[in-house]
Amino acid sequence: MPKQVFAQLEHKEEIIKGIYKFSVKASEIVQNAKPGNFIEIRVTDQVEPFLRRPISIYNLDKENGILEFIFQVKGKGTDLLSRKEVGDQIDIVGPLGFGTFKTEKYNKIAIIGGGIGIFPLYELAKEAKENNKQVTGYLGFRNKEYVMLEKEFAKVTDNLVITTDEGSYKNKGFAIDYLIKDMKKEKYDCIYACGPLPMLKAIQKYANENNINCQISLEEKMACGLGVCLGCAVKTAKSPKEAPEYFHVCKGGPVFNAKDVEI
Amino acid sequence: MNTKINFAGIEMKNPVTVASGTFGYGREYADFFDLGKLGAIITKGTSLKPKSGNKPPRVCETASGMLNSIGLQNPGVEYFAQNDLPFLRKFDTKIIVNACGSTIDEYVELCKILNTLDIDGVELNLSCPNVKEGCMAFGNTYEGVKIVTKEVRKVLQKPLIVKLTPNVTDIASIAKGVEDGGADAVSLINTLLGMKIDIHKRKPVLANNTGGLSGPAIKPVAVRMVYQVAQAVKIPIMGLGGIVSGEDAIEFMLAGATTVSIGAGNFIDPYTSIKTIEGIEEYMKKYNIENISDIIGKVEMN
Repeated sequence: MPKQVFAQLEHKEEIIKGIYKFSVKASEIVQNAKPGNFIEIRVTDQVEPFLRRPISIYNLDKENGILEFIFQVKGKGTDLLSRKEVGDQIDIVGPLGFGTFKTEKYNKIAIIGGGIGIFPLYELAKEAKENNKQVTGYLGFRNKEYVMLEKEFAKVTDNLVITTDEGSYKNKGFAIDYLIKDMKKEKYDCIYACGPLPMLKAIQKYANENNINCQISLEEKMACGLGVCLGCAVKTAKSPKEAPEYFHVCKGGPVFNAKDVEI
Repeated sequence: MNTKINFAGIEMKNPVTVASGTFGYGREYADFFDLGKLGAIITKGTSLKPKSGNKPPRVCETASGMLNSIGLQNPGVEYFAQNDLPFLRKFDTKIIVNACGSTIDEYVELCKILNTLDIDGVELNLSCPNVKEGCMAFGNTYEGVKIVTKEVRKVLQKPLIVKLTPNVTDIASIAKGVEDGGADAVSLINTLLGMKIDIHKRKPVLANNTGGLSGPAIKPVAVRMVYQVAQAVKIPIMGLGGIVSGEDAIEFMLAGATTVSIGAGNFIDPYTSIKTIEGIEEYMKKYNIENISDIIGKVEMN
């Protein structure tokens, strides 16, 4: 059940240029949150900018009630958020989304993320490792300057493959190419993906064609975050008898089975 | 201090309602507060048959507001009656169903069904800007509004409210059509038709190109229209458009609204409606107002 919390900013760090990691005290959200959940943040108590900002959860420190999220400054809302200082209260509603990453049935999993899409995969990998699952990570970045959280992901994966589009750091090319190459010898029980739409489309196509379990985390323009306004629609791939024409990212998602949605 | 209001025959504990399409069928907000605190809940726009809605993107942010083009996605009246109404009825509040259709026959058929349900009133949606047929097609002329209202009135014994679009030249004449058609009340305003362009892609942000503008950005337009309608008709008015506080609600009531509705304000803070009720009570205390109904239409024009 989501709650509104005025969470104190405990720690703030610009991990690479324009991308911030915030750690906030939000026990009420943390205790109910699952990997894949997101939060909605109101960046001002005025009406401009108007809507809350949906942001994925990066890490849940259940022991200390600390929630961590990472965001890129993209517009005026995230710019205002980035200016918050340690000690400030941040208006957060969460945890949100009933569609979360599900790993119960699987033992050997792969996570694949691109750019700022890697954040929600961290808590997933961390919990999977804690449950003694074998986790391989594939993280793709544009170039060396954009590579982030390598050490952190290395701790929560058994094997980590980092790629850059033009090869300025580690492996050259797209993360999905390395995943597909490895799948020829390794069989993962499930692939978990989050990142830019072209990457998600490629992974969805590959997984569906080869009948591999795959869960993808989506985004869409969103208002309420609660499943009320029906703004963040995503087309279902199911027959009209099984499901309505649209799911909603904030409620049915943000994580969907790759077979269930048209993206 | 008395916040009770009789609106079109519906006895409400306070004048604050939540607007159609911004509160679903109540379930999501019941996680945050007791829905029984509200004067009334106006449901998501509900049609005779289920509707899928428009292609995404369906929403985007604008200056102090937002655009939406949901396209009246809803599960249909039958599903509502079986699944959502029993849930809503658990709360000590009034239930008003927002009814939409594409033809007069559809409105009439739908209202025949609604007349048999355990609800407190019907809000006829003649004002959605995001669907091709019906709705606004009837809502932008005196005759259109009057005909639909009259036909629905024949089959509906429950309180009937008609919701108006602001996308017209003379809102007062449209409201007159509602009154002449035999409705009990009028609600206004629905969203203002707008458009936002992504300058990098050189395309509208919304898949439907245009959408309805809501939020504090439209409040002055809404207050002006409520005032104009209050001068033109005798039936009571539900005022809405950008309300996010008690002060905003009072402004609408002074302009002539008997009740108010919180719309997009629900999205930015799940407690906006509750805070609005508290804000109204604070205003009453500050100005020693015994009955909230005493301030309706009490603006003194310059």
